[in-house]
Amino acid sequence: MKKHLLSIDDLNAQEVIEILDTAFQLANISDGATKKLPTLRGRTVVNLFFEDSTRTRISFESAAKRLSADVINFNAKGSSVSKGESLKDTAQTLQAMGADAVVIRHNASGAAQRLADSGWISASVINAGDGTHEHPTQALLDAYTIREKFPEFKSDFSGLHVAIVGDILHSRVARSNVLLLTKLGAKVTLVSPPTLMPVGISAWPVEISYDLDEVIGAVDVLMVLRLQSERMAASYFPTEREYSRGYGLDKLRLDSLKKSAIVMHPGPMIRGLEISAESADSHRSVVLNQVANGVLVRMAVLYQLLGGAALGGTSAQIDKSGDSREVSA
Amino acid sequence: MAIVLDGDDIGRALKRIAHEIIERNHGLSNVVLLGIPTRGAYLAERIGSFLTQIQESVPVGTLDATLHRDDLRLRPPRPLLPTLIPSSGIEGKDVVLVDDVLYSGRTIRAALDAIGEIGRPRSVQLAVLVDRGHRELPIRADFVGKNIPTSASESVRVHLAELDGKDCVEIVGVS
Repeated sequence: MKKHLLSIDDLNAQEVIEILDTAFQLANISDGATKKLPTLRGRTVVNLFFEDSTRTRISFESAAKRLSADVINFNAKGSSVSKGESLKDTAQTLQAMGADAVVIRHNASGAAQRLADSGWISASVINAGDGTHEHPTQALLDAYTIREKFPEFKSDFSGLHVAIVGDILHSRVARSNVLLLTKLGAKVTLVSPPTLMPVGISAWPVEISYDLDEVIGAVDVLMVLRLQSERMAASYFPTEREYSRGYGLDKLRLDSLKKSAIVMHPGPMIRGLEISAESADSHRSVVLNQVANGVLVRMAVLYQLLGGAALGGTSAQIDKSGDSREVSA
Repeated sequence: MAIVLDGDDIGRALKRIAHEIIERNHGLSNVVLLGIPTRGAYLAERIGSFLTQIQESVPVGTLDATLHRDDLRLRPPRPLLPTLIPSSGIEGKDVVLVDDVLYSGRTIRAALDAIGEIGRPRSVQLAVLVDRGHRELPIRADFVGKNIPTSASESVRVHLAELDGKDCVEIVGVS
């Protein structure tokens, strides 16, 4: 794995599977009494959040703490950023404090890439959502949850049909999920009103539909996205009610899903708009599994990025202290 | 390259270890076997089936101590291997750790730490197929298949049928 996790495109299919497998083993370990592992003791993880977030920040914090890393939470609100400090100065401050990894969420697409490429810091950068670009750990935890619910798909998702419905245009979750799911071979259909479909969508390796009812009976996974009212002017659709009627997951649509199908939502859910309370609480909804799996997947990512030698580090001396079991493996 | 144990030798050694485990613990009622993946896990399974043949079956699990290792930062991240603690747990049990080769002792130290996180066994014992010396920590095995004096420049390779298609232990000189 590379030094940073900025985009799903940084990973090949095998690396994705390695992260999911690592998360699975971590699930076995934390299933028992073990709540805390010493693996990242002495390492510092900074949560650098320029945008509101509940579950992602808590999830990263919890993942880092379970691996015994020190966690510094940095919220732009109430910090010097609101006094006008630039990303560069903030980053250099973190560097001076000795951060080993920076988890960044920012409202500008490409912010994580900028931080990683800038040379301002030597830490690993993990993208926790940048504007409308990507949210790679969300896609990883979604894939983990799909694997948990459909054990027949291990490292190859071909034959699995996923529909992502809602505000595709503003959704970094949709982007990361399309990249990851198609990488693993799944068939992905995007469903949204034409106004919320990104320009150039025809170049994506997906099918497109403007009619949810036409698609819903055929899918194994229905991923419902939140309407990102903070990123849109009011002009994308006439009324919320009309959107809800055309693309919301209500009881009728819930019943037209395949028996084995599951409903996912990256959160936060707006009940009554894109998903009805009934659907959100139904047995098909795996929303809470997604949250629980998020911690495991983020632990796996932190372990892969920080758990070993620094890249280009002291690999020459490793074999001396190792046992021969590893040599024979 | 020299073969130091063949398939029959390995079978006899594991069977003897099974007898010794019964002898040491005055029976098996409180014994739990934990194999250290990859090959220790297969060896634990085999010792478990000898114990079943000889007396009675015992819970067999696996324990991956990778996350407790002290040399993580000296090498790229290692893949994690399965940890499956038997449902009976390890609290108050006599846990027998099983590994293929005992060398520096660091794997076992990590495993002891991992056990400490899970519970408090009454005792922890160690069974290994090969003890090749060169300890870096004050750790010794309770049950040893074979002591093989080696030089640090050699490496000991354990092949098991489950994984490698054949059973044997060989010493490979590193030139």
